[in-house]
Formats: sequence, structure tokens, C-alpha cells
Amino acid sequence: MLSLQRVPVREQPAAQRRQNFEEVCLGYDREEAIQEASRCLGCKKPKCVEGCPVSIDIPGFIAKVKSGDVAGAAHVIAKDSALPAVCGRVCPQESQCEGLCVLSNKGDSVSIGKLERFVADSARELPLNQAAPITKNGKRVAVVGSGPAGLTCAGELARKGYEVKIFEALHEAGGVLVYGIPEFRLPKENVVAKEIEGVKRLGVEIETDTVVGRSVTIDELMRNEHFDAVFIGSGAGLPKFMGILGENANGVFSANEYLTRANLMRAGQPDADTPLHTGRRVAVVGGGNVAMDAARTALRKGAEVYIVYRRGEKELPARVEEVHHAMQEGIHFELLTNPTAILTNEKGWVSGMTCVRMGLGEPDESGRRKPVEVKGSDFTLEVDMVIMALGTTPNPLIASTTPGLNTNKWNCLIADDNGQTTKLGVWAGGDAVTGAATVILAMGAGKTAAQSIDDALSKRQ
Amino acid sequence: MYTIQKVRNLTADILWMEVFAPRVAANCLPGQFLIVRLGEKGERIPLTICDYDRIAQTVTIVFQVVGASTAKMAELRVGDAFSSVMGPLGKPSELTEETPEALRQKKILFVAGGVGTAPVYPQVKYLHSLGVPCDCIIGARDQSLLILTDEMTAMADNVYIATNDGSAGVKGLVTDVLKDLVLHQGKHYDLCVAIGPMIMMKFCALLTRELGIPTVVSLNPIMMDGTGMCGACRITVGGQVKFACVDGPEFDGHLVNFDEAMNRQTLYKTEEGRAMLALREGKHEGGCCEKEVANHA
Repeated sequence: MLSLQRVPVREQPAAQRRQNFEEVCLGYDREEAIQEASRCLGCKKPKCVEGCPVSIDIPGFIAKVKSGDVAGAAHVIAKDSALPAVCGRVCPQESQCEGLCVLSNKGDSVSIGKLERFVADSARELPLNQAAPITKNGKRVAVVGSGPAGLTCAGELARKGYEVKIFEALHEAGGVLVYGIPEFRLPKENVVAKEIEGVKRLGVEIETDTVVGRSVTIDELMRNEHFDAVFIGSGAGLPKFMGILGENANGVFSANEYLTRANLMRAGQPDADTPLHTGRRVAVVGGGNVAMDAARTALRKGAEVYIVYRRGEKELPARVEEVHHAMQEGIHFELLTNPTAILTNEKGWVSGMTCVRMGLGEPDESGRRKPVEVKGSDFTLEVDMVIMALGTTPNPLIASTTPGLNTNKWNCLIADDNGQTTKLGVWAGGDAVTGAATVILAMGAGKTAAQSIDDALSKRQ
Repeated sequence: MYTIQKVRNLTADILWMEVFAPRVAANCLPGQFLIVRLGEKGERIPLTICDYDRIAQTVTIVFQVVGASTAKMAELRVGDAFSSVMGPLGKPSELTEETPEALRQKKILFVAGGVGTAPVYPQVKYLHSLGVPCDCIIGARDQSLLILTDEMTAMADNVYIATNDGSAGVKGLVTDVLKDLVLHQGKHYDLCVAIGPMIMMKFCALLTRELGIPTVVSLNPIMMDGTGMCGACRITVGGQVKFACVDGPEFDGHLVNFDEAMNRQTLYKTEEGRAMLALREGKHEGGCCEKEVANHA
């Protein structure tokens, strides 16, 4: 008899994990994974695969798990994804593969994300057969940015025989996986570093501390360093602010700054040189994954934390699991609330934030109901620190230093469905093209561009 | 490897280092900065590029020991290496966009304060290489803190020195010298470039506004990534929020909100900040407030 409920996944209890930065979700063990895998119906026309931006053969790998062949399952996933341990943890499965699972009509969908994670984590410990040696084709591709888009594109091209070099602006590879997503959601050493090692094992070289657009331009890479093609996966790094009064006060941070200090710079760890300021009462403005990450980091640093979001709970763009975890951990949610100004004390530090309550009106162009101010509902939230997590936009640096590379009005690079930009020989994908989105969409774009680059360069012989 | 090729002390605690950094050396221009990092958990410290040698592939940095990170940097010897040297960052000085002919039409005055003399040096050198004359005022608390005066004297037409205690040059502030030059010695300037401590730049800009001299300042606020990602370096210029790392570091001195910028510099160094950090972390080892003063104080 098929269970309508998924096998629950073990987690660190909320009261315990509030005190540490260790991973919240502990994942399935072998027995649990096999049990959950046996819920999969193995659909002939699997809807789940349609929902996956990199089209992983989901029923295929789950069948292997069911039969206890974890290495086999890992091979199935590896055909389509270079970062399964990451995706198993950070993909919004509920709106992708799991959202389309036929079981969700009657009960819980198959826990695809948790199974992917189980396979990726277990396969790391296994002596997997090394892939067949790659025959080099003598062509060189430069990849700008070592986040999900860049790593995926680089891995795909290396597998096809290209000599690939990634240029990373920061001092550590990984992009948002390293600077943005916290340890308790995505362990750096055991997960991110290992998956980057996997890409390097394919022969990909990574040069850090190199800001393309400043340290070297795209044209110089092609002309002087003889790259046959360039893929730009530079992400969306510029933080947005609200433009309200008091926003430059001491104690107002972008989520990017707060998280990068805590994650990339290890600020707050005993032997780290970079300082991290965390207030006693912290407001995080925004409702996405980044807002949840910043809020839960501040909570772990001992603060009382408020999420301030102008729409309702249903509209929160964060992964359902993250919202759920944040609530369990004791983050306060001030929903349908919008900040109007930040108050400061005589020393220029944050002393509070005035807000107004919102109601939901007609749906706007995003399809979500538009928040409208409730007159006379102003109040002051007593906080001594504010983190702005309002989204990010692409950095204009590369476009502004590369003649022929065009952007739209949001500074996003213009690229067609294959990732081909307006400049010959240059492809782009991920947040640099779409604006801030998800890890898996960036990976999908990296993969598509790799195929297009291969098609173009193969013709060029 | 970002190996150190030469080191010398300019004063007891201001060091001059030539570092191997091929990509930075190949593309940098006067006015730009770089970020260095020392050790796996080292801080990212922004420093203005003080000189560069495209053939030797080296860049020169000058920094003052003001805390834990810069103290560690000061222990480096020839052959040691930084973990990172990233750059060049920021926009080059607007002077680099003008033709030598246009520059020769202008009377340019540089005002340098303390270790801020170092970021002025490459601009003076750049003009000198184009045969463009300029004047320079160098100020410091006392004679022992004056740096690069010989190099400046070799490149600039006139170098005026001011110290607070009168131990070198005239006794007083750089603004006293500037006022004297314009009001009493009949000097005329078309452009002033002022680089030094925020308070010096503020008063310099107030004076030049009165005197009607367009003024460029170079800001070095708290910064982390240096690429526009963190927004820590945001400042208000002419009522608009700018990021010093990508929109600057040079701005119109008459439009910068210096009071806000100075307040933001105290973020990690006020007593309150220290107390908060001590409370949160149980200790506070310093090293956090130095980036904004290492290059400019």
C-alpha cells in the first residue's frame, strides 16, 4: 500500500539549532531513502522532469535508490547536474519537480530534493568509477564568475573536451553558494567545496581575485589570452535599498554585506579578522530566501529578529521550508508591513523603524496582489539594526567595459534562449541575464549555454 | 603569488611595499585602488594604488599600521606574499581622461594629508609624465609623519608643507596654506584634488567652495568586496546615494555629505560599536576600524 505521506526528514531541534550554525536538515539515511524512493510511481511520462530546469532523469535515479544502488543513482544525476548536493538543499522543489509530482494530487509528493541530497552526500563517500578520460579538443573557453551558472557551464564544457578557465572576482570560488547562503543551510566545507573540487577534477582551472571588466576585459581575454568563447555568469550582485529616510544610518546593512561578512569572511568566528555587527533587536526587510538567511543568521548571533514584509505569508517568495524553519526558530513575522523611515539616535545609530500596515489590493503585473497602505496604521518597531533584503540587480561593470555587449533597462545582459549575447563569441546566463533568481535556473542557463557554445565552436573548425 | 618585491619604512609606522600583481599592474590608472588580504581568515583591506610598473608587473601600496591587520602586514618581508591582491578597482581619476593639451591649460593644486600623500603621488607623477605642471600642499601632524616629500618635490612645480606643530614647513593646517596662496600670494587654481583624512577633505572642500575652486576628493569608506556587492561604502553625493567602490572613489568635494560619511566610518570603532561587539562576541580584538584609516589618515 502506497503511503500518502513522505518519510519525514530528521532535523536539528529548533531550540538547539538557534544556538549553532550547523546544518538544520540532517537528511535521510539509507533506509529512509529507500523507503521514500519506493513511493515513486516511476511515471512513463514523468511530470517532475519537466519541472527540473536541468532535466535530471528523476524517476531513473530514484529507481536506482530504491534498488539500493546509490552509485548508480549518482551517475544518473551526474549526467545532468554538476551540483546535486547543492540543489538537493537549495532548489525550490515545491514549485518545480515536487510541485508537478502526480502524488501531490492525493497526498505528499515524493521528496525528490531530499533523495537527491541523499544520493549526492552518500556518493561522495563512495569510490565511484572515474569518468572516462576526456579527449581535449584544443579550444579554450573563459567563464566569468564561479557561481552556479559558471560552475555548471565550465563543468559541461570540460566534459566535452574544452580547456576551461573560470575567473572569479572574490578570493574564494562558489559565488552566492559561498558568500550568500549560510552554513546552516548549505555547509561550505563538506558540500560546496567538494562540488567545486568535482568541477576542478574535470580539468577546470579557477583564477580568483580577478575582476573581469577591471583586472582584464572580455576583449582582452579573447584577443590576448586566446579564448575562443566567453561565458558570463557574473550574477546579480548589487544590493537594492528602499530610498527611505535614515537608510545610511549606522546599523543599516544590505543583506549582501551582512551575509558576506558572516559567510565568506567568517566574521564572528574566533580567529577571523573581519568584524560583524549584530544588534539586539534586528529588523530584516524582505521576504525572500536572502531575507530568511539574514534573519536566521542574526538570530544565531543572539538577536531578537523581525521579518518585515509588505505582502502576506502566501506571497513570501522564500522556499516554504525556509519560512517554516524560520518560524520554528522564533523569528517574528511582521507581514503586510512596510517600513517608512529609519530613526536614529544622537550618534547616528539606528534607534527604530517606523512602519505602516498594508492591505492587499488587486493583482499587479507579477500576478501577486498589490499591497496598499492602511491609512493611520503607522507604528514604530523598536530595533537597533536593520538589514535590507530587497533583492539585487546585475553589476553593470562588465557591460560597461565590453563594447557590443548590450543590456536592458534593468542592467541585465541581453541574451537569447541559448545564452548568446549581442556580442559574437560571448554567451551569458543566470542572474546576470534574468536578474536575481535561483541557483537551479542559473545552472540550467549555464548548461544551455555550454551546449550552444559547443555547437558554435564545433562548426568553426 | 602576490609576492612582496620591496619594502621600506616611510615613517616608523607607514610602510611602502612593491607587490607582484600582474593583472592589477597591467590595467591600473591613477586614482584606482586595490584590495589586499592576508591569511585564510584575513580582512579585505582597500588601499589606493600609489604607483605601478607595467614591465615589472608590480604595484606599490602605502599603508599605516593602525590595528591588528595592518600590524600583520607590516611584518611582511621581501619574498613573503599576500593571499590576495585584487584590482584595479574603482574609476580612474578624471585627469586620465583629459588630453595633455587640455590639462596644460589648467592650474591644478593637490592637497595631501598624512598618509593620504601616497594616493596623491601617482596623480602628480602622471601629470609630470605628460609635462603638466602642478602645485602641491602636504600636511601632517608633525615632521615625523610627512611622507614622499622628496618624490613630490621632484615632480611638482611647488610643494608647500604644513605641520600642526610647525616642526616642518609652516605651522598650521593645509587649509591655512591654501587660503594664503589664493588670497595673499595671488595664486589661481582651476582644480583642487584633496586626499587625506575625511575631516581634512571636508574643510578643504568648504574653503574651495568659498574660493570658487572646483574640487575632487577621494573617499575611502568602510568597504568589503570592492565591487559594488555589499553597499557598505555608500555615501551621499548631491543628495544621491553612491557606492564609493564603483561610482568613485573620486567625487565632487562640494557635493559630498562629509558628516554622514564620517559618521559611517565610526561604524566599527565607536565606543558603542566596541561595546556592542564585546557584548556579542565576548571580546573585541580591534583591527576592524583600520581599513578606513590605513590609507588616508
